Amino acid sequence: MIKQPLLFKDYQEGLAKGELLGVFCDKCHNFSFHTSVYCNHCGSTGLSAKPYDTTGVIRTFTVIRVAAEGRNAPFIVALVLGNSGIHMMGNLEGIDPDSASMGLIGKKVKISGKKTLPDRFSPKVEQCLVFSLED
Amino acid sequence: MREVAIAGVAMTRFGVSEKTCIEMFCEAACLALEESKLEPKNIEALFLGNCLGDFEEGQAHMAAHVHTAIGLPMGSPALRFENACATATVAIRQAALLVGSGVYDVVLAGGTERVAAMDTPLATRTFAMASHSGYSAPTGITFPGVFAMAAHMYADKYKIDIRELQECMAHVSVKNHFHAAMNPKAQFQKEISVQKVLDSFMVADPLHFLDCCPFSDGASAVVITTKQKALQMTDKPVFIIGTGQAAGGPVINNPDMTRIKPREVAAAQAYKQAGVTPFDIDLCELHDCFTIAEILAIEGLGFYEFGKGYDAAKNGETRLGSKKAVINPSGGLKAKGHPIGATGAAQVTEIVEQLRGLSGKRQVKGAKTGFVDTLGGEFGTVCNLILRSHP
Repeated sequence: MIKQPLLFKDYQEGLAKGELLGVFCDKCHNFSFHTSVYCNHCGSTGLSAKPYDTTGVIRTFTVIRVAAEGRNAPFIVALVLGNSGIHMMGNLEGIDPDSASMGLIGKKVKISGKKTLPDRFSPKVEQCLVFSLED
Repeated sequence: MREVAIAGVAMTRFGVSEKTCIEMFCEAACLALEESKLEPKNIEALFLGNCLGDFEEGQAHMAAHVHTAIGLPMGSPALRFENACATATVAIRQAALLVGSGVYDVVLAGGTERVAAMDTPLATRTFAMASHSGYSAPTGITFPGVFAMAAHMYADKYKIDIRELQECMAHVSVKNHFHAAMNPKAQFQKEISVQKVLDSFMVADPLHFLDCCPFSDGASAVVITTKQKALQMTDKPVFIIGTGQAAGGPVINNPDMTRIKPREVAAAQAYKQAGVTPFDIDLCELHDCFTIAEILAIEGLGFYEFGKGYDAAKNGETRLGSKKAVINPSGGLKAKGHPIGATGAAQVTEIVEQLRGLSGKRQVKGAKTGFVDTLGGEFGTVCNLILRSHP
């Protein structure tokens, strides 16, 4: 039987402990998207959960100024290319959203997790990625 | 495969409606049946697009209730489709595939949505449900936010000053409002200026309020049948000569946001089946949920090279009267409105009416071949149709 290498529950529990778990292919040595059962690169089923490097580079970002219910704007969402080769979406924290500019693209960040805000539609989603600029 | 045609199309006026989703779809369906000289007993299946009825009206399982309201035969199945904003186009494509393959002869397809029944915070939250709930949504990402990130990446990749890109995006909005001002079914039938777009408040940097489509109520219905039967129903059938659909998952798995790969795959399928190229397309209704989305689409569909389409609206190349493909002559999602589950059927309605020469002041002269492009979610679904007029 094909195994599911990383359940969302385990990803969240890892993040709560400061560990960023991804799905790694033992055959071609690439990471695939978290939910993958088959390797995104070579199609192998030899996948297992493995921690990512917790650094990366900002590819793009936005400042959300009209938020969904339960959120207070403004805040920054960024797309980061992790050094392990996987993209991830998270909140860029530690800077004033009003100071965000195109100069953020290409900046190096550290990746960690935080507890999400309560959401009536996603009660089991408990962790969110956070990016902070490296000095 | 049998040749597939559209016999009748209809849409409600988009905007804010006092009618329910079911009532709006009935309005459109009855008009489409009338145009096709059909009665409910002639419909062999109902493919109903609806994304958020559960949140808008507390109404799940909507297709079965629409079935009763229209009075379709019990033996004609009713299915609800949900593929985010691409919903109705997917429903129409499935109808075309099943008619083409001989399973059904006559299918009623389309969609209905009542987004304006929700307040902005709830509507924003429910739209964001099309993002990955575990890996994207916890960030508070919104749909304007997804396309705002695409705009920043576009500016960075092609070395365009962000203020220049914002001005070019504003021209997309101005052009689509210009078209919608001639469309009696559009939500916003008025022109706007570039300055008004740039002066509107920021929704998600760098997208201003007037870069964004509105929340809309509306419905649209399409009768899909065989060529042979269509010729008995109307003297102006429109043929579905090519279709394509592709899936892409969450945006973090498709991270070059300037290249929506499922669109490139779906469009290639449709062009190949139709035996045409982007140069053969006279007009296109495409997914301009945000102004940057139109720029990405005209490039992804092959009308412009990548990185070269951003100033097409500013240069007047996509406007009515252009020698190139006219983009969103209906006013697009931006100005005609975007009741998400109905949008694709309304795009088809516009193309069909254009190919029949029935679009009045906004008629694209000599239009013979039209393209429909609808994108769902954070680039997870793209569905394309190519339509051609009766010779």
